[in-house]
Amino acid sequence: MTESSRSLVSVKNVDKVFKRGSEEIHVLGGLDLDIPEGEFLALMGPSGSGKSTLLNLIGGLDRPSQGSVEVGGERIDQLSNRRLAAWRARHVGLVFQFYNLMPVLTAQKNVELPLLLTHLSRAERKKRAAIALDIVGLSNRNNHYPRTLSGGEQQRVGIARSIVTDPTLLLCDEPTGDLDRKSGDEILDLLQALNREQGKTIVMVTHDIHAAARATRTLYLNKGRLTTEPEE
Amino acid sequence: MKYLYLLWSNLKRKKMRTTLTLLSIMVAFLLFGYLGAIKQAFSQGIDVAGLDRLIVRHKVSIIQLLPEAYESRIEKIEGVEDAVHQTWFGGVYQKPSNFFAQMPVKPEEYLKMYPEFVLSDEERNAWLNTRSGAVVGRGIADRFGWKLGDRIPINATIWSRKGGERTWEFDLVGIYDGAEKGTDTSQFLFRYDFFNESRQFGEGLVGWYTVRISDPDRAAITAELIDAEFANSPNETKAEPEGAFLQGFANQIGDIGFIMMSIIVAVFFTILLVAGNTMAYAVRERTNELALLKAIGFTDRGVLALVLGESFVLTLLGGGLGLALAWLLVSLGDPSGGSLPVFFIPYSDLAVGIALIAIMAFIAGILPALQAQRLQIADALRR
Ligand SMILES: Nc1ncnc2c1ncn2[C@@H]1O[C@H](COP(=O)(O)OP(=O)(O)OP(=O)(O)O)[C@@H](O)[C@H]1O
Ligand SMILES: [Mg+2]
Repeated sequence: MTESSRSLVSVKNVDKVFKRGSEEIHVLGGLDLDIPEGEFLALMGPSGSGKSTLLNLIGGLDRPSQGSVEVGGERIDQLSNRRLAAWRARHVGLVFQFYNLMPVLTAQKNVELPLLLTHLSRAERKKRAAIALDIVGLSNRNNHYPRTLSGGEQQRVGIARSIVTDPTLLLCDEPTGDLDRKSGDEILDLLQALNREQGKTIVMVTHDIHAAARATRTLYLNKGRLTTEPEE
Repeated sequence: MKYLYLLWSNLKRKKMRTTLTLLSIMVAFLLFGYLGAIKQAFSQGIDVAGLDRLIVRHKVSIIQLLPEAYESRIEKIEGVEDAVHQTWFGGVYQKPSNFFAQMPVKPEEYLKMYPEFVLSDEERNAWLNTRSGAVVGRGIADRFGWKLGDRIPINATIWSRKGGERTWEFDLVGIYDGAEKGTDTSQFLFRYDFFNESRQFGEGLVGWYTVRISDPDRAAITAELIDAEFANSPNETKAEPEGAFLQGFANQIGDIGFIMMSIIVAVFFTILLVAGNTMAYAVRERTNELALLKAIGFTDRGVLALVLGESFVLTLLGGGLGLALAWLLVSLGDPSGGSLPVFFIPYSDLAVGIALIAIMAFIAGILPALQAQRLQIADALRR
């Protein structure tokens, strides 16, 4: 399962340069990364090292300046905007540090949001959202608005939303970054269970050693490249 | 349709702002609808004026009277089928503000000239058999609660009766309906023979003539022939198409249409700024959420459609309510208490209103929508 030919994600020789006015910021340079199916990968590194940038490239939220990004055998860096959006809807689940829930929608409706892009019926959407909320242990909070939920609960809604479409890949950007230890641990339990029991491939950006310890592998991003050991 | 819930939820986010915006849009369309009805009332008759009818009046002014004998002379002119006369009575019912037109006419000829006044055969016969009989339009009958058989006193301001008596009493023998929505149902008609014999002065003189011509395309020529017939007589005439006559009448009140158009344009411009502002804020405040929608797979165009859709829901709701309210208010009666000959919102104005709603929704929403479409996900999620 770990050989590169079976990789779900294959990032090759990727550069990412941001232009801010006349200034060019080289964030990633000649970066390679292979993620086998079923892996729970933790990405660490100093602030500003480009962890989120890399995650965005893998999730098709942004495009590399150079190099290729292949997911499930598809060169997503070459898809048109329109097809890339459809690809994201089908293959990617996203979890954010600040949850990014719609404040005007209930937990149930937030989770249903990605299903609006499918052809599922109203009843089927409702059913699937309820199942996802059940998986994250929030089945009794369906009709609560985000502001009435704790941080940990909001993040679980976020996770329910990310898995409701049964995506190929779960990308989490500091999912516990805004939570206390206990809530954070519960979120990590949940991610670990999704990885172990449902075989979800997960990439998680984190600053927290304890969080990274839950992953099956940890990589460190520094000066635009990945290493297996943290830099001193 | 499944996105409607999302649109609606977004509008509920800032309830106060949405409500205020809705109210301003509503007021604009209420004004639009209501002024439309008033404008229609003033230009009433012009749209429904018979193309085959001319009005012949005294050359000097409409107030000057013409001899009754002109009727047969006009009818002999080439291209003329029929001519009937009318006279402005100008009386007052109870109080001067109860304004409506009263006119002595020759019943049969008049009804033949104006087929749009629909009267039952019994009522027509009753009129022919009652010298003091009057026939009124449904509009004023309803306004004053008149029923057949009522005796209606009218106080003359011009035409006293022989002996100086100013009050004329008429027996209501008929109520006519309009064949079309725009037909004037505010007229009070009574018999010319009764009027002519009873008036103190002016016997044999009438106000103006309505002339039916055989060929509307030759209206101008026929009008010239009529004026030529009476040229160099003590009572020269001016003949013109009924529509032009009524238009001239309306123009005396000022160019109501233009004034109203100016008001409406100003109001709509203001409301457009209000709606546009609301939509601009709606997008700016939600950069993050719009980016999220894109992140989970909404296309750029899908997000554009969502924002435009929100603008449409907002304007449609406000505009729809405004037009509906205007319709309701107009159906409750005209603001002068019944002096306007007709009072309704023409369907064409409603259609224009609906088009305006769509245009306003588009203009208010398109810039924020394009902005939302252009949002770069990675960029916007960082904010
Ligand atoms: N859209 C952008 N435009 C310009 N510069 C950007 C953009 N996105 C990221 N950067 C820059 O790229 C660098 C890497 O940013 P990134 O967010 O990937 O870092 P990170 O490792 O996720 O940091 P953190 O741990 O603080 O989240 C930063 O210097 C950042 O300022
Ligand atoms: Mg980051």
